[in-house]
Amino acid sequence: MNSAVKNRIKDNAFKYFGIACTSFGLLMLAIFIGNILIEGVARIDWDFITNFPSRNPEKAGILPALVGTLWIMGLTAIIAIPLGVSAGVYLEEYGKKSRLANILEINISNLAGVPSIIYGLLGLEIFGRILGMGGSLLAGASTLSLLILPIIIVSTREALKAVPKSIKEASFAMGASKWQTIWYQLLPASFGGVITGIILALSRAIGETAPLIVIGALAYVPFVPASPTDEFSVLPIQIFNWISRPQKGFAINAASAIIILLLVTFVLNGVAMYLRNRWQKKVKW
Amino acid sequence: MNKLEAQNVNVYYGANKVINDISISIKPNSVTAFIGPSGCGKSTFLRLFNRMNDYIDIFKMEGKVEIDGKNIYDKNIRVEELRKQIGMVFQKPNPFPKSIYENIVYGLRIQGIKDKNILDETVEKSLKQAALWEEVKDKLKNSALALSGGQQQRLCIARTLAVEPTVILMDEPASALDPISSAKVEELIYELKNNYTIVIVTHNMQQAARVSDTTAFFYMGELIEHDATKLIFTNPKNERTQNYVTGRFG
Amino acid sequence: MPRTKERLIEVGLAAAALVTILTTVGIIWVLFSQTFEFFSNVSIISFLTDTQWTPLFADKHFGILPLVAGTFLTTLIAILVALPIGLTIAIYLNEYAPKSFRKIVKPLLEILAAVPTVVYGFFALAVITPFLQNLIPGMAGFNALSAGIVMGIMIIPLITSMSEDALFAVPMSLREASYGMGSTRLQTAFKVMVPAASSGIIVSVILGISRAVGETMIVAIAAGQQPRLTLNPLVPIETITTYIVQVSTGDVAHGSLEYRTIFAAGMALFVFTFILNNISYWVKKKFQEKYE
Repeated sequence: MNSAVKNRIKDNAFKYFGIACTSFGLLMLAIFIGNILIEGVARIDWDFITNFPSRNPEKAGILPALVGTLWIMGLTAIIAIPLGVSAGVYLEEYGKKSRLANILEINISNLAGVPSIIYGLLGLEIFGRILGMGGSLLAGASTLSLLILPIIIVSTREALKAVPKSIKEASFAMGASKWQTIWYQLLPASFGGVITGIILALSRAIGETAPLIVIGALAYVPFVPASPTDEFSVLPIQIFNWISRPQKGFAINAASAIIILLLVTFVLNGVAMYLRNRWQKKVKW
Repeated sequence: MNKLEAQNVNVYYGANKVINDISISIKPNSVTAFIGPSGCGKSTFLRLFNRMNDYIDIFKMEGKVEIDGKNIYDKNIRVEELRKQIGMVFQKPNPFPKSIYENIVYGLRIQGIKDKNILDETVEKSLKQAALWEEVKDKLKNSALALSGGQQQRLCIARTLAVEPTVILMDEPASALDPISSAKVEELIYELKNNYTIVIVTHNMQQAARVSDTTAFFYMGELIEHDATKLIFTNPKNERTQNYVTGRFG
Repeated sequence: MPRTKERLIEVGLAAAALVTILTTVGIIWVLFSQTFEFFSNVSIISFLTDTQWTPLFADKHFGILPLVAGTFLTTLIAILVALPIGLTIAIYLNEYAPKSFRKIVKPLLEILAAVPTVVYGFFALAVITPFLQNLIPGMAGFNALSAGIVMGIMIIPLITSMSEDALFAVPMSLREASYGMGSTRLQTAFKVMVPAASSGIIVSVILGISRAVGETMIVAIAAGQQPRLTLNPLVPIETITTYIVQVSTGDVAHGSLEYRTIFAAGMALFVFTFILNNISYWVKKKFQEKYE
């Protein structure tokens, strides 16, 4: 057998190995979703959504956790969107060449790599104890806002960067000030990209468990949180709690709650992907 | 009195000197063409008059640039005010990704003008001035990006006219257009000169000859010659001008 | 628009950007101050050398090594799974796969990356562990192996997409030169493309490691809560992150020594990930220069 033939065989072998690896990833995804659906889908009904947690798995529901997740998503959006978009605008349009901007940039890339549980420790001390928020929704949302800030900042910058320079020039040449140019031209033109980043960041926030556990979010909440200062649970913590119980019934509940959590996550991601594609098509002026 | 005046202007990009000791005077209600080979500094020089070079980090300039006798690089000058007086049209049409209507009224909106009647009037007047009204009057709410390249460029001119500048700077306004659109833009320039002072940078010698009253020839960062267009094209004083206008280099 | 208003807006935007600096300062301050308090009760030497971690028991030991060993073990398993598979998928997608296939697979991998980690934890405990127990008799219900494998699956998309980007950025001319010499796709991939994209691939691996070190829910659910200085992947262990969760779900009084242990553990975690992230940042900067 000459070397050319050997090389051909090796080449083909690697090709099939590549297909196998890719299939492995996709297969895992399939098993994963299949298993959860089989375990959990039968348990989902209106009662499951509107019931409170219970010691009896058949009676337990996710209402407080679901409402908690919605609260967290809303509050995090209110805190993180203005902060993140503002910071992104500042870095991209104002502070480009300064030393401060350089430090900010390194800092943000570092923050993006800090494990989420460390943010939990930060939130526990700063928001929970020093600012006296305890284990409230507000403390949780503040913590998650800091966690997703780098994502929003980076995507805002990318979106602004994609706006053609000619738009900016045209606006300046019309006598617009810097802020007018940003407000009337750059932000509307980059809206699709900015909103995509925001949705992805929020989808990340509602999937987070560890930082909220650390700040003291509860595993068992027998009430629906009604104000930002209330204590709370969220879906991931409810899931974690149910997984940790030995009874089979709770494992089924966990699978059912996972279906709902994944549904929310995938819908958010799907919307983000859709907006991104549409915006990328539109952005070619 | 001269409308625009530059005295002993030097421009540096970092350590590179790109404009070398240029002085020029431009009369009101005239069309002045800046010609010269690529990289000769004509666009950079044009952009001095509305301070568009300010956004280049390594830009530095010396000398005096005046409009109506006022130094525009004076500390008390507000760039935004200056640019309302001096409009600019760019090489590639750059309408905002908004409706035709919003493109025109942008300059008024940023000045805080909200009166619908004024805005409507301005839109009609500017589009008529730019010879675009008949083509777009029924689709003012449509996106400006749906217009053809030539229409977009005339829209950009209309947008500039809407804020009633006294000077219009044009940076190769027809070079990205097809011949027919290009001719329309030239016609427009010719009509506008009664009310505006126009400075146009162009690569196209015939265009310079057709539309301008005076022509300035730039070469390697220097102003070689500035004179009546007829003289520049028929009887230039400088040999390099002669070589350029007769197409021996460029 | 008045100049002062412009100025105020700029200051406001800058303030928003400064929140990120405050976050870093806050993290460092919180970890340092609490860790400092911790070390007023526990010597650094015993923290770094003691082989037992039992702060919640009567006989207290504060040796971080068992937690570090647990973190190391699960991370190692995760990378052993994610690196070969992730990189192979990247090469396959870049060199072999038809474009249409790539278009389908990439969003699917993105979905894999968007799944909350608590869900992966469930997967490890409810699917992978029972499956492995059939193959390996005597394997404990909580173990580093299934947590590590699932963590690896979680990291595959990260390594694949970053490596793929790095491979994609290699100039086409290099690949054509290799084919022009009569190389097969495999030879081109491993002798030309991978070396040319090596820094990007290294960055993806380092970030993958950093992700695994800081990952919490998968190990908290599936790897157990028994700090143990071992490299045996079949028995329950505890990672740094799991310990923090364990204390947080329990009832520990603020200001107590037990409370401070989570900050000391967090400090160790922060130092590891900080070093890893800075290495990757440095490699990335060097990499960018190379192509400019």
